[in-house]
Amino acid sequence: MTALRDAFLSALVALGLFAPLVGLVTTSGEHGLYLELRPIATAVVVGLVFLGRLIVLSRRSRGRAASLAAKPALAERISKAGKYVTPLLLIAAVALPFTGSRYYIDLGTLVLTYIMLGWGLNIVVGLAGLLDLGYVAFYAVGAYSFALLATNFGLGFWTCLPLAGIFAAFAGVMLGFPVLRLRGDYLAIVTLAFGEIIRVVLINWVSLTNGPNGITGIPRPTLFGLALSMDGGPGTIAGFFNVEPAVIQRIIFLYYVILGLALLTNWVSLRLRRMPLGRAWEALREDEVACRSLGINVRNTKLTAFGIGAIFGGFAGAFFATRQAFISPESFTFIESATVLAIVVLGGLGSQLGVALAAIVMVGGLETLRDFLSFLGDQMNSPLFSGIASELPLYRMLIFGLALVVMMVLRPRGLVSGRTPSVALHKVKDIAPDLVAQGRG
Amino acid sequence: MAYALQQLINGVTLGMIYGLIAVGYTMVYGIIGMINFAHGDVFMVGSFLSLIALLGLAALGITSVPLALALTLIFAAGIAALYGWTIERVAYRPLRGSFRLAPLISAIGMSITLQNFVQVSQGARVKPIEAIIPGGIQIMDQGGFAVRLSWMQIAIVVITMSILGIFTWLVTKTPLGRTMRACEQDLKMASLLGIDTDRTISLTFVIGAALAAVAGFMFLLYYGVIDFYIGFIAGVKAFTAAVLGGIGSLPGAVLGGLLIGLIEVFWSAYFSVEYKDVAAFAILIVVLIFMPTGILGRAEVEKV
Amino acid sequence: MLSVSGLIMQFGGLRAVDGLSFEAKTGDITAVIGPNGAGKTTVFNCITGFYRPSGGSIDLTHPGGASHKLHTMPGHRIASAAKVARTFQNIRLFAGMTVLENLLVAQHNTLMAATGFGVLAVLGLGRYRAAEAAGIEKAKFWLDAVGLTARADDPAGALPYGAQRRLEIARAMCIDPVLLCLDEPAAGLNPRESDELNQLLMRIRAGGCSLLLIEHDMGVVMRISDHIVVLDHGKKISDGPPAEIRNDPAVIAAYLGEGEEDEVPA
Repeated sequence: MTALRDAFLSALVALGLFAPLVGLVTTSGEHGLYLELRPIATAVVVGLVFLGRLIVLSRRSRGRAASLAAKPALAERISKAGKYVTPLLLIAAVALPFTGSRYYIDLGTLVLTYIMLGWGLNIVVGLAGLLDLGYVAFYAVGAYSFALLATNFGLGFWTCLPLAGIFAAFAGVMLGFPVLRLRGDYLAIVTLAFGEIIRVVLINWVSLTNGPNGITGIPRPTLFGLALSMDGGPGTIAGFFNVEPAVIQRIIFLYYVILGLALLTNWVSLRLRRMPLGRAWEALREDEVACRSLGINVRNTKLTAFGIGAIFGGFAGAFFATRQAFISPESFTFIESATVLAIVVLGGLGSQLGVALAAIVMVGGLETLRDFLSFLGDQMNSPLFSGIASELPLYRMLIFGLALVVMMVLRPRGLVSGRTPSVALHKVKDIAPDLVAQGRG
Repeated sequence: MAYALQQLINGVTLGMIYGLIAVGYTMVYGIIGMINFAHGDVFMVGSFLSLIALLGLAALGITSVPLALALTLIFAAGIAALYGWTIERVAYRPLRGSFRLAPLISAIGMSITLQNFVQVSQGARVKPIEAIIPGGIQIMDQGGFAVRLSWMQIAIVVITMSILGIFTWLVTKTPLGRTMRACEQDLKMASLLGIDTDRTISLTFVIGAALAAVAGFMFLLYYGVIDFYIGFIAGVKAFTAAVLGGIGSLPGAVLGGLLIGLIEVFWSAYFSVEYKDVAAFAILIVVLIFMPTGILGRAEVEKV
Repeated sequence: MLSVSGLIMQFGGLRAVDGLSFEAKTGDITAVIGPNGAGKTTVFNCITGFYRPSGGSIDLTHPGGASHKLHTMPGHRIASAAKVARTFQNIRLFAGMTVLENLLVAQHNTLMAATGFGVLAVLGLGRYRAAEAAGIEKAKFWLDAVGLTARADDPAGALPYGAQRRLEIARAMCIDPVLLCLDEPAAGLNPRESDELNQLLMRIRAGGCSLLLIEHDMGVVMRISDHIVVLDHGKKISDGPPAEIRNDPAVIAAYLGEGEEDEVPA
């Protein structure tokens, strides 16, 4: 009975929230805007809230005792499964192109780009505990430095890749040097501001960046000097291997490039974690004051985290540019930073496997949702759904936003939340997540 | 001189709007130490609610402008307050006492949700309205350049000032304000002393959202055009204002808002419109380098 | 060894340390005592570089002869170059890292130098492997000294309170200090743990490291210190060996007048 009352109250609140914005639609008519009534949609939304609340409440009252007992078991299962999941994922990643499906390879490339960005940002946020809301800036710097070097000086991808990393690291150090002594959310807002500054500059510095129109004709990478070209002549990959040139070859090649880059990021992060530098990052996250008392130069250590994180952002940016062959400032908005940060946090700060899983869930999920929604829209040709069918794809980001909230509420510490020590005297034992700090910087 | 005066007037008006939003950021930050990323979008929702109320009142045949404006303001602030309350309940309260980044991601998720919710429900197109309070007064005329102070600008400054006045009274003189300040000082201690901290936090969100809605209402009247995306950039600027003024400080939020408004307007007038956001953010970075806790922020003495 | 002269620390209108001068000799255990709010921790924070003094000077002379002006050095250099280590009143361990990792972080500068700016070590080259082995040996030595070898792979945050205190001391010792500053090391320890602490401190002194400690537990102070400095209201009111301090009327007055009962010198 109380559940019913509770659900009724929720529905009442929902009515207050949705009656104006869902029920009254501002529509442009001949004499300016007017309001259009949409009572059915409002009723549906409010009804959904009522039902949803009822279901949640009934499940909660039934499952409370059981879920409490199940929780540690679940966490344990995930960390145990981690041993098998990692090689399985790796095999799947290497084998993916053999499906020959362009759709899956493209999706895989996209997911791997985000995995790489996630691993890069993980160095900054997960290990060093520095909250960076403007990671997209380094992604943009990498993309634009490659695009500009390639189109203006005719340099190739592999020459520019390290340069893109260096430029991005330079941007990271430039930003980090003055601001890394700021604490917590001050750092967050400054990095966010930096991301916006870079984007605004890219839009408005038309003579260099071609402004909002972006840069076109960015070259593709080569394979040991062999070009990816459709003419199939000598000096191209198809010509060298004596096969028919096809678009799929380029897609597969790009897929392996990003797979390699992502694995490089992972390898470097894992190595660094076992080095004094990586340990100092984690120590900074745990307690900055104690670090200072042990003679660790806090600012330089933070700078290295910022710089190395930026390098991988720059690499990913250069890859993005070469894959798209076209870049514009539109690709480097705050939502990208937010997505990558969400991947890191949902993955479980500091966990390489968690980041990979979170990227698969989030980016893969978003793309699947896109296809699902347009499929659903196509199926709805009954006049009953006439209003909604064409708008369905718009619901994608709405669902994404809600999913972020729900995932955080359900798993605030992320998917893989424990910490594995970097060294052991006797036996490596995982550390419970509630002991691990998240940093204040 | 006349040109500069005009920019000053415009800058102050814009700064008032930023200041009102910034107060919401700074209050929430002060009490639970999180960036309420969805706050800018509550501002956007507030301006849409105002638009809907104005159109609805016009359809109902209410022609008295002051009455319509007052009703709109109450309606927008009330519903936005409900939004603020719901957001806190749904997205933040379950994460109270959790790890630092979880509420932040939840807030970013809420911001994306609100933006896309309004886009889906109200459409992606910009919504223009005619000026509700047209006209103004001419203060001076110098070499053909007339400095104008519109009624709208006067209204914005007067409404902001009075609302901030009420709000200051609320925080400094009432028991409610006392509990809010107590929670801001030390949430755990306040709850040990019998203060219902959940309720106080809810109220903080409610008040912050209502103030944001007032800002949204004035934004709509001042610019006459809104869309679902105005929340992000206004939110970032207002948060910048809160940080600039010293986050946690209410007068700081208003001061920061004014500064950001003035910087933006003067930069656009004298240098370039394109780089006005860069100017605001660059000044934020510079100020923080020299005053790491903002202009009116309390200096933190590190306890070791 | 350590010579503090005319030290002043001003916070706004409050003068927490007011013209303090004292000396700590090489190989001594020097205790700084005084009622709550006397400015003891502030003095520590000045010596270890967490506060920049408003006036006065702090000079440290190594047994080898090298000397450092601590009042002008940045905090991390005081640990890395001047070799002054410290612990904290409210223990500051890296709670989410293991005991062993805590001790390796403390050797950061030595180990970092062996990595060749990180690049060589990432590639698995250079002499990092040997350096790390040496680092682990040193950690083992101190783990053994504080009796935590069995818990080396447990997270520091999961240790009981007394063990955390000992680990913090072991971690500080891993920077090879010439002067170890301890901020209330016996606080919260039971009598047995307190005794063990005394032995540990004696052992550290025997190893050639001088000690400076703030302590409330007069039992500990009187038993182990060679020299005591008494502060009240930021000023030195007495200075001398334990026997002298015990009978100094100014000290008794300061404690009886303003201290809490449990702080009466034993």
